Amino acid sequence: MTSAAASKRPRLITLSVALGLLLAGSIIFAVTFGPADIAPLEVWQTIAHHLGLIADSPVGRLRNAIIWELRLPRVLVAAGVGAGLALCGAVMQALTRNPLADPYLLGLSSGASLGAVAFLLAGAALYMPIGAFLGAAGAMLLTLLVTRLLGGATPSRAILAGIAISSLAAAATSFLIFWSATGDSYREILSWLMGSLSGSVWSDAGIVIVATLFVGLPVLLSGRSLDAFVFGDAAAATLGVDVARLRWLLLAATALLTGVLVSIGGAIGFVGLIVPHIVRLVTGSRHRLLLPISMLVGASFMIWTDTAARSLFAPRELPVGIITALIGAPIFLLVLLRYRRAT
Amino acid sequence: MSAGLDITDVSATAGGESILNGVTMRALPGSLTGLIGPNGAGKSTLLRATLGLVPTTSGTITFVGNDLPAMPRRNRARVAAFVEQIGANEAQLTAREVVMLGRIPFQSVWQAEPSPEDEQIVTEAIAAVDMSGFEHRQYNTMSGGEQQRLQIARALAQQPRLLLLDEPTNHLDVHAQLTALNLLRTRAQSGATVLLALHDLNLAAAFCDALVVLHQGRVVAQGAPQDVLTPALLRTVYNVDATLVSHPTSGRPMIAYNLPA
Repeated sequence: MTSAAASKRPRLITLSVALGLLLAGSIIFAVTFGPADIAPLEVWQTIAHHLGLIADSPVGRLRNAIIWELRLPRVLVAAGVGAGLALCGAVMQALTRNPLADPYLLGLSSGASLGAVAFLLAGAALYMPIGAFLGAAGAMLLTLLVTRLLGGATPSRAILAGIAISSLAAAATSFLIFWSATGDSYREILSWLMGSLSGSVWSDAGIVIVATLFVGLPVLLSGRSLDAFVFGDAAAATLGVDVARLRWLLLAATALLTGVLVSIGGAIGFVGLIVPHIVRLVTGSRHRLLLPISMLVGASFMIWTDTAARSLFAPRELPVGIITALIGAPIFLLVLLRYRRAT
Repeated sequence: MSAGLDITDVSATAGGESILNGVTMRALPGSLTGLIGPNGAGKSTLLRATLGLVPTTSGTITFVGNDLPAMPRRNRARVAAFVEQIGANEAQLTAREVVMLGRIPFQSVWQAEPSPEDEQIVTEAIAAVDMSGFEHRQYNTMSGGEQQRLQIARALAQQPRLLLLDEPTNHLDVHAQLTALNLLRTRAQSGATVLLALHDLNLAAAFCDALVVLHQGRVVAQGAPQDVLTPALLRTVYNVDATLVSHPTSGRPMIAYNLPA
């Protein structure tokens, strides 16, 4: 009986293993892309050597450095950013009961950019993630407030509020850059603003992965409570969920994670929107399944969009945000149209 | 200490306006209690206050002696279930997954999948609302009536000893209305305390063991339907002219509205 009931949906274990393998394969193959020709086996040997799995690697010192110092950190940053953004998107969609919610569309990313740039230009580059978190949290509060002022939370109002707050934060960011940045730092900041993972090093990978797991694990455990939100706050409360506490905790967690991700990778749009929607087609809306699977899919998705960003027009590099927007904007329209038809 | 739901002298305000004004009423286990009254009388607020969803300014609400609004949420969710009026929903959940939500108060954070016991209870709840065979249909593609029945099943999956429902027969056709109320009456007869807000006075009279009449935030009458429903009360509370007749077979009161000529 039990197995018959569960048979309609894929199980968490099966899906996680399959997508975990896809992620591992994506990491290895993405590293082979680039000006120097590198084989998947060499990537594996290098990783295994550094992890202490094999004593002597047949890979030469130069190639070892290209794989381990140059390409792998960037691929891991991409994986962490993709997983984190997908998680933030899925959580925000559930909490605000808004299918269009996404850290980028609701203004969090622009707020985080503003906070990060402000800290950077004030000479506190080391504390950029904190500035980004403060910016993301501030933008989120403003968006929620403006949504309420517009007459209550409907998805289109929230998006309008998000656009307004985004534009405001972007204008403030531009002003700050115009006022204080010069020459090289100007170009660098601009490329980072559009969303770019170029120049990622191991410390970036460490920060992104630790933040994603640190925020992600408790959020994954609250998956069932998020399910309870599906019929609104009152329904969640009568199912035993402490609605106010959970909402603020999770919104703070998404602001924190968005802040960290933006401080490393810039404002990369639409990942948090697209990934959960695609995953939902397979897993349905149960968050116990949706959240971890979205993270895994988001990680692989980001690895390949970033690989495309640095390979398509090599040696020139596109900001990865342009690619995610190219894929994401049409999907955003589809979701919007479907929502319009349903109501 | 009473065995059922005891509401004593409860008042509530919203936006500075008094919504409930010294409400005292009781709903007993084993019986179906109907909460009636015109729009704005305070029915929904009273149900919500009972579950601690809206604050009260005075009075006590207890179930089997326990202060219901003050109970820890999760414990309360294992005792009391609520079916409210629900609008359109975009969730991509199957009928079975919706009913499974009722098991949330019983599941541990570390539990990855529902237990066999959860599955069993959900299967029974779906069967109770006559929806077996529709379990894997998408909830958002179903009719209002089907969704309403699933909401009742979701509440039943909580195995509540206290079941509160706000207009559970809205959106239902006549057959489904009778089926739903019959189901709730059966639940009551097996020992649960069931309190439901109803608009349709004839349905209330036909099914409920007791009626509580709210008018402008006050209880103006409570007791057996034949004692409560009088032409005088219907005129004062509902502003209608009606004659009470007896059902030819059950003997229950029926309301015949006298229309202006």
